[in-house]
Amino acid sequence: MRIVCPLCGERDSREFSYKGAALALAYPSEEAGFEAWDDYLHNRDNPAGPTRELWYHGSGCTSWLVVTRNTTTHEILSVELAEDAPESRQEASA
Amino acid sequence: MIELVAKPPCEGLLPVTIGTVTLSEPDMAPLTLIAPMKGKEVALAKAMQTAHKLEWPEAGATSGANGAALVWFGRAQALLVGVAASTKLNAHAAVADQSDAWARVVLEGEDAREVLARLTPLDMRDRAFPVGATARSEVFHMQASITRMGADSWQIIGFRSMAATLVHDLTRAMESMAARSQR
Ligand SMILES: [Zn+2]
Repeated sequence: MRIVCPLCGERDSREFSYKGAALALAYPSEEAGFEAWDDYLHNRDNPAGPTRELWYHGSGCTSWLVVTRNTTTHEILSVELAEDAPESRQEASA
Repeated sequence: MIELVAKPPCEGLLPVTIGTVTLSEPDMAPLTLIAPMKGKEVALAKAMQTAHKLEWPEAGATSGANGAALVWFGRAQALLVGVAASTKLNAHAAVADQSDAWARVVLEGEDAREVLARLTPLDMRDRAFPVGATARSEVFHMQASITRMGADSWQIIGFRSMAATLVHDLTRAMESMAARSQR
């Protein structure tokens, strides 16, 4: 598997590590209640198909990336810097 | 007062020549990590131009002037090699002297590229990695900075604490490459 890092170009998957669902970028506000934080920390969907997830280019440029990957085919559909991803600008919905 | 003597990271290990390839350690030089503060990228590039006559490098690029080099070193950072950083940069960037933190070696010779290709997943072909280009990637199992200095010459920067491992991994690959070309 190869991932096209927006900074480094196409690279071997050994340079990257997987973190989890990209919705981790959209965390609740400090005032949000227990329910919202519980949901943010523990509840994840497990979709069959395109999924947005966080990857770390640790052996490359050390960017956090949001990778859209099809979980049934492992096809990489898109890659963007986490700082540019819409999740980074959202608050988690309670 | 005690006189402290700078000790090169690969002292006693290099230079080594195996087959057509030589691995050596250049004289120790100032190494400064420079990371622009948010929104100060343009001001930093200007200050860098004024102070050191160096172009701020795009991802994967390097620039050089007057014996100094600015090597792209990862997301939103570059390593200034060869001169002490001007204090004029401090207003626009986090500036950290890392001269003692890295081991810097040069791999050169006819088969240098083939040696490196055994250790890194990078595309080493001319069209993907021309002279002057740089990349952060792996050398065997270690994160490193790799820069193409010339047609057959590569600068590799790895963690100083892992200098002996870096030399070991590179010389092993040099040995196996030399053994292969003798057949
Ligand atoms: Zn990268």
